[in-house]
Formats: sequence, C-alpha cells, structure tokens
Amino acid sequence: MTKKIELKKISEVEWEIPKTGKMNVPVRIFASEKLLEKMKEDETFKQASNVAMLPGIVKNIILLPDSHCGYGMPIGGVAAFDINSGVISPGMCGYDINCGIRILSTNLTLKDIEKKKKEIIDKLFRDVPSGVGEKGRIKLTREELNEVLVEGAQWAVKKGYGEDEDWKHTEDNGKILGANPADVSDRARARGMPQLGSLGAGNHFLEVQVVDEIFDEKIAKAFGLEKGQVTIGIHCGSRGLGHQVASDYIKLMEEKYGWPEQDRELVNALINSDLGKKYFSAMACAANFAFANRQLITYWVRETMKRIFPKFKSKLIYDVCHNIVKFEEHFVNGKIKKLCIHRKGATRSFGAGRKEIPEDYRKIGQPVIIPGSMGTASYVLVGTGKAEEVSFASVAHGAGRVSSRSAALRNLRGEEVKKELNDKGIEVVSGSWKGLAEEAPSVYKDIDEVVSVSHKAGIGNLIARVKPVAVMKG
Amino acid sequence: MRYKFLEHTADVKFQAYGKSLNEAFENSALALVEIMTKKTKIKSRLKKKIKVSGKDNSSLLYNFLEEFLFLYDSQSFVLSKINKIKIKGDKIEAEVYGDNAGNYKISQDVKAVTYNSMFVKKLGNKFVAQVVLDV
Repeated sequence: MTKKIELKKISEVEWEIPKTGKMNVPVRIFASEKLLEKMKEDETFKQASNVAMLPGIVKNIILLPDSHCGYGMPIGGVAAFDINSGVISPGMCGYDINCGIRILSTNLTLKDIEKKKKEIIDKLFRDVPSGVGEKGRIKLTREELNEVLVEGAQWAVKKGYGEDEDWKHTEDNGKILGANPADVSDRARARGMPQLGSLGAGNHFLEVQVVDEIFDEKIAKAFGLEKGQVTIGIHCGSRGLGHQVASDYIKLMEEKYGWPEQDRELVNALINSDLGKKYFSAMACAANFAFANRQLITYWVRETMKRIFPKFKSKLIYDVCHNIVKFEEHFVNGKIKKLCIHRKGATRSFGAGRKEIPEDYRKIGQPVIIPGSMGTASYVLVGTGKAEEVSFASVAHGAGRVSSRSAALRNLRGEEVKKELNDKGIEVVSGSWKGLAEEAPSVYKDIDEVVSVSHKAGIGNLIARVKPVAVMKG
Repeated sequence: MRYKFLEHTADVKFQAYGKSLNEAFENSALALVEIMTKKTKIKSRLKKKIKVSGKDNSSLLYNFLEEFLFLYDSQSFVLSKINKIKIKGDKIEAEVYGDNAGNYKISQDVKAVTYNSMFVKKLGNKFVAQVVLDV
C-alpha cells in the first residue's frame, strides 16, 4: 500500500495535496467528496505527486474531476512547465496523441430520426471504417502523408472533405504549428498510413444524439444548439501513428537521458533540448493526423446522412483535443508567462477574449465538449476566465473509468449491455460484443457529477446536455 | 498458469510466468494477444521472423510486445503462437505464426505497451514479467 496522503480542503470542490518531500509544487484537485473517494482507491495521487517532482514545473499539478490512475501522469491531469527550465514528456501527453472529440449540430430533430435510428447507425457502421480488421478508406503516398502531418484538418478540407468553417471551428484551426514530418519515424508512418480515416476501437465512438437540456439559452444559441435538435459526436484520435510517435520518443529520451527514479513512464527531455523540440514537432504531426482523421470521418458521416435525409445540413460546433502538449500564455504570480502545458485526458477551457478561440466564439468563450460513457449523456460547456486563473484553462474530458476492463468482462456480457441500451431507446452497433461490455456505462464515473463539479468550480460552465440515440463503437 | 490479469482501473495489467525468461516472454505475448483478439482463435497461416533489441529486460519486453502492435497496424498480422524464441544478451530473435486480421472480427484496442509498473524478475525458480497496456 502507498503511504497515506494528506489532503487539505480548499472548498466544497477543491482540495490540495501540499508540497512535501521531493515535490516542487503542490497538487490541486477539483472534485466532490464522492469523486475524491474514488481517486483515493487507486494511484492517482501518488502519480500526481511524482509529476510534481519534475524540474521546471510551475505553480501546481491540476487533477480534474474525472481523474484516475494512468501510467506516469494520471488521466485527467494537467502539468505546466517553464519553457527554459522545464521538461516535455511523451508519457504525460499520452499514447493516443490528440485523442479528441467534435460535435456537429444538424437541421434534424428527434422526430425526424425516431423511426430511422437503426437504419442510420447501420449505414454509418458500414460507411465509416471503424478499424476492426479493416483499414481507412484513403490511400496515401508518402508525400501526401507529409501534407496531412503538417496541414491537419486543413489538408482534408483542401482535398474536398469539408468546408473552411470546419477547420476554423477546430482547436488550433485543426493545424498545430511546428510540425516537421521528418521527425516522424518510418515505423510510425507504416502504422498510420492504412489507418487514416478510421475510428479505432476501445473507448472511441460515433454517436447520434439529441439535445435534451439547455442550461444557458443565450450561449447555446450562439453555439447553434437548441432543445430537441439532433447532434453528432465523433470521438477518436491519431491511431497507430500517434501511439508509435509516443513510443519512439520514450525510447529516444531513455537512451539519452535515462528516466526519473519515481516512474520510468515519466521519461522526459528539456523543452529546449534538441530531442525535446523534436518530440514536440512529432507530437504536432500526430495531432494533425488526428484532426484530419476526425475531419474525414465527419465528411463520410455527412454523406451517409444526406443519403438518408436529402435535406440534411450540419455545422461543426467545435473540435477539442484531450491528449496534447501546447505552448500557451498564462498568468503566473500576476505576470503573463509562456508555458508548456501537458493535458492528459483534459480539455482546454479558454474564456472569452483569448486569441486562440475562433472569431465566432471569441466574445463568449471556447466550446468544451465532455463526452459521457457509451449510452449516457454528453455535455457542452463553455470555457471561463476562472479556468485560466486556477486550472491552466483546463477542464475534465469525460466520465473517467471506475472499474477495470477485466472486471467489466467478468461481470457483464455485451449482449446484455446492448439490450440495456435498447431498452433506453438507444440503438448500438459494435465491432465486438466484448468491446461493448468493456465500455458499458456502469464502468464509468457518473458524468453528471463530473460536469457539475466542473461547473461549481467555475472551470467550465454548463451550456447543454445531449443524450445518445444511436451509438457506433469500433 | 501462463499468465494472469490483475485489476487496473483504466488499462490492462498482467503478469506472465515461465520456467525460463524465454517462456515468460512468450507468455507475455500471448497475454497481449488475448487482449487484442479477446480470445478469438487465430489460425497459424503466416510465418514471420522478428528481431528486436533493448538494453535491459524491461525494454526488451517492451520492444518485443510493441512489435505485435506494429505488425497488426501496418500489415494486419495477428499472432497465433510463438514457434521459437531466443533471447541473447540485448537481442531477441523469434519465429512466430499468425494470420491476417481481416479474416476475423477483431476489435483491437491496445494502443501501446507502457513502462508503468513493468518488471521482469526471477522469483524462486520462475520468471515473472509484469506489464500495463494502454487500451
């Protein structure tokens, strides 16, 4: 057992692990008592304390309401580093670089699709590659892949897979700058080439949803959301390419610098070192691959929906990253400072006015999309100025697991999970029964609790809730 | 027992056992494949030779297991069994059998092998390898 970690209560939804021992900064936790109890059950706090020992770490480690034990840094964690004395770490971004989610608003209502749910999800399953023993629909040359790695979602739009508004409504315009394809290995390319334009398995999904509650009419309207409207959520990442980039740089950094004694998975390099810069560039390439991936899937979803509903129209509300490293300016001790922010299972949550937010939303704040588990609600929030002050402009990214996959498989059968969802009026298709059982709603934390804590803490304000009506899982 | 899965909130953790280091590595690969295929029976239609290196037993194991993720993603190759495996110093050479993943309905969701809680050690007269997979 790990030694007991003392927690200091700051407010109903804020806690602190004070700086002790080798920690350079404290850990700030955003959680209700209930969520906190769950975090105590695994190694979440120990892992956060390990990150707090790294050089150049600034202010505090942030743990968001959906935090749980990961590898190296917990999922739902944010760590900010000084760009001169700090480090960059592949394990603290995560293997699925730019795993993320986008949400589309449509001109359909629940009434339009009520009787066609099964047809819709079966056709989407047929038309959108899930990656289950199959490959993406796109064949790329090496040069074209290089363009994808540099241009991201903008590449896809340039090739006809979408509209300019799509990339404008994507984090960082769907194209993270500083991506040099030369920093991506042939091994990563070989894994990624066949997979561009595929959803992948695991917790990735495509979902047809309906807006069932609006919390803020004015902002919901500005985002293009109204009650009863059909929306579509797409959750996936950079596939094997991103996984290999992470793995490649973990190995390179180990060889050159060894690893921190507290955890081998926290291997890192100085941000300003040659290897640190190369990792950032390769990570940006993988992130751009993921943006392009979600854009291609969006295009095929639109095609399929148009065949079923000839008058179908949709707009991308926003697309956010969940696993990413960014250079951003934040206030630290009253001064603006450029920092290297690692978000691992966390969503950026900029308030009104930030130049990084698309013009359409700049006066309101950035849309934040927090998906629930399969079959439960997802939420749209808006970023806040408070988040910029207290959480390096970050908020939760999802429900966060409470139960292991092996426990899920022992206790649940995919067929039963499907029936349970069908009984709630949700159609579901999946590449495998067992995959379905592993992602059953009961293995996740309560998403309602996660977003309510986010709202109470002021790091993301509730705007709308969407409920799934048809779900496709890889 | 060849391998056993342990509790882990988000990811998959297992221990693989063997009378020799070779056997513990072989069983680690089989544990990985069980997660990748969810126990779907894979036929031994294709043969592949694998060569990996690593500077210690943990990185050897990491690189050995990662090879199966690489072969799956890049060539749709899914492992059925390890025919021969030789570990010498910092190198592994193995001859493995498997099949094209397209012939099965497999929902492969292992993203990566991680170094989190990883160890390879001799306990009494048996070898134990512990691995956490990012899924």
